[in-house]
Amino acid sequence: MSDLIRLSAADLAARLQSGEVSSVEATRAHLDRIAAVDGQVHAFLHVSDEAALATAADVDARRAAGEELHALAGVPIAVKDVVVTQGLPTTAGSKILEGWVPPYDATLVERLKAAGLPILGKTNMDEFAMGSSTEHSAYGNTHNPWDLDRIPGGSGGGSAAAVGAFEAPLAIGTDTGGSIRQPAAVTGTVGVKPTYGSVSRYGLIALASSLDQAGPVTRTVLDSALLHELIGGHDPRDSTSIADPLPGLVAAARQGATGDLTGLRVGVISELQGEGYQAGVLARFHESLELLRGAGAEIVEVSCPHFQYALAAYYLILPAEASSNLAKFDGMRFGLRVEPEQGPVTAERVMAATRGRGFGDEVKRRVILGTYALSAGYYDAYYGSAQKVRTLIQRDFAAAFEQADVLVSPTAPTTAFRLGEKLDDPLAMYLNDVATIPANLAGVPGLSLPSGLSDDGLPAGFQVLAPAKADDRLYRVGAALEALLENEWGGPLLAQAPELEVAR
Amino acid sequence: MSTLSRDEVARVAGLARIDLTSDELDRLAGELDVIVESVARVSEIATPDVPATSHPLPLTNVFRADVPEPPVDRAAVLAAAPASEDGKFLVPQILGEDA
Repeated sequence: MSDLIRLSAADLAARLQSGEVSSVEATRAHLDRIAAVDGQVHAFLHVSDEAALATAADVDARRAAGEELHALAGVPIAVKDVVVTQGLPTTAGSKILEGWVPPYDATLVERLKAAGLPILGKTNMDEFAMGSSTEHSAYGNTHNPWDLDRIPGGSGGGSAAAVGAFEAPLAIGTDTGGSIRQPAAVTGTVGVKPTYGSVSRYGLIALASSLDQAGPVTRTVLDSALLHELIGGHDPRDSTSIADPLPGLVAAARQGATGDLTGLRVGVISELQGEGYQAGVLARFHESLELLRGAGAEIVEVSCPHFQYALAAYYLILPAEASSNLAKFDGMRFGLRVEPEQGPVTAERVMAATRGRGFGDEVKRRVILGTYALSAGYYDAYYGSAQKVRTLIQRDFAAAFEQADVLVSPTAPTTAFRLGEKLDDPLAMYLNDVATIPANLAGVPGLSLPSGLSDDGLPAGFQVLAPAKADDRLYRVGAALEALLENEWGGPLLAQAPELEVAR
Repeated sequence: MSTLSRDEVARVAGLARIDLTSDELDRLAGELDVIVESVARVSEIATPDVPATSHPLPLTNVFRADVPEPPVDRAAVLAAAPASEDGKFLVPQILGEDA
């Protein structure tokens, strides 16, 4: 395997800056890797070879001409297919958008392009980001690089698998209830859900507007900080975008990497461990806690008593917002149009036929659930109650952050399960996000990094949560734990992943 | 709280403008009933004294300067539409009455 694809984004960027490697070489190496392994992994729905190489060549020419470039200029990146990209097909994993080419770029894509990051392609995902295994994609399963018979997590399984299989050093994800962090946990990679409003939502195909947040998917904590600083910050085109400047994320990661956490208070959330959590996942979690303690952190136990209601509230709020957001898929302005087989061809009947054919099972389940929760006679009992639970969860966070600077938990209760194992049991599937959902309900940022291998030899994740707008704490603590763990392992966890068979 | 019957799922699917086959209706009704029963527990703690939260962080209205900006290119938008004519979206008849 080429060394170029094993490099972190930060290391690759340094070699690009020194002139040791060109962006064309780096981009070509990743495109070759995609050609070699993506037949098995299926992380990508679309590969944009030509556009990526053209960007790379342009960056190389500008660098040769002495132009001042962004630190990540020339480092290739993969983008989740829920983010619109001008000129590149964007489907959100749905048949209803098959073949759609957006006429504009998401703000975060504009920033990637302005900084000169070649876009390798679009990554697979659960349809409209509804799922925890990427099995709800209308375009086939993505396979976990650690074990191709297992799920890569979801909804952003494609982005996590792409990074984990060394098909891309960086990727973009979106996280509505854990869709960046849970895939990171089960693929041994790093993922960050920024504070709500830290990264613009303009150009994300909205799932639940009050929960959605885009963020970095990488192999190291520093790489996530670099990418978060690039895509984050105020955007006038997103009315929920935070106007304050981002805290120093890269600086926090570099400080954390020194491994000193003296004086930091780490709160362990009582409710996010124990029953339902795999023994090996908990064992790695507690070993990580000991490393943090050894680095000078004070470990305290905190209780968030209303978290047990988070999953229920989430599966009312998300479907309610999704049922509204997905109303735009009506067969009129973009994507699929299906005419009813019998009867008059009216707009309303075309809409119903189009959605009946174009939406998959999980999307139908959630849109109908959301419509039900918002319908007359049920609104107060369901949606109204869920919004109150949201208040209680925010209060739990506020109280916990009085006692601790960051909160921690396992990212997901188990390691990657087998493809198909939970597909027929929606509730069992929903439980994968039990530890990640509270952060979305409260808008606080969260990071997942690998904590080691569980008893089954598969990666487990460690989640760090911080108060809103204190994303820098994630990077400080994450980088510190990463350094301590890699010291024990003798290198990154992904170095222990099995080699993928290479197609010729 | 009421459970979700097959007829109720059919009614709500109609509101959501999603055609379902008879098989889909059978399956979805069973699954949704289980899900609704599970999520209904939110009402256990949603007492009248708890205010509702619709949004993670406090929001204020946002304005922009009243300066014209170029819209998205019309030809590019229409190129991605299922049907267009004369620079506009071409859509089926809107009203259900016989034309």
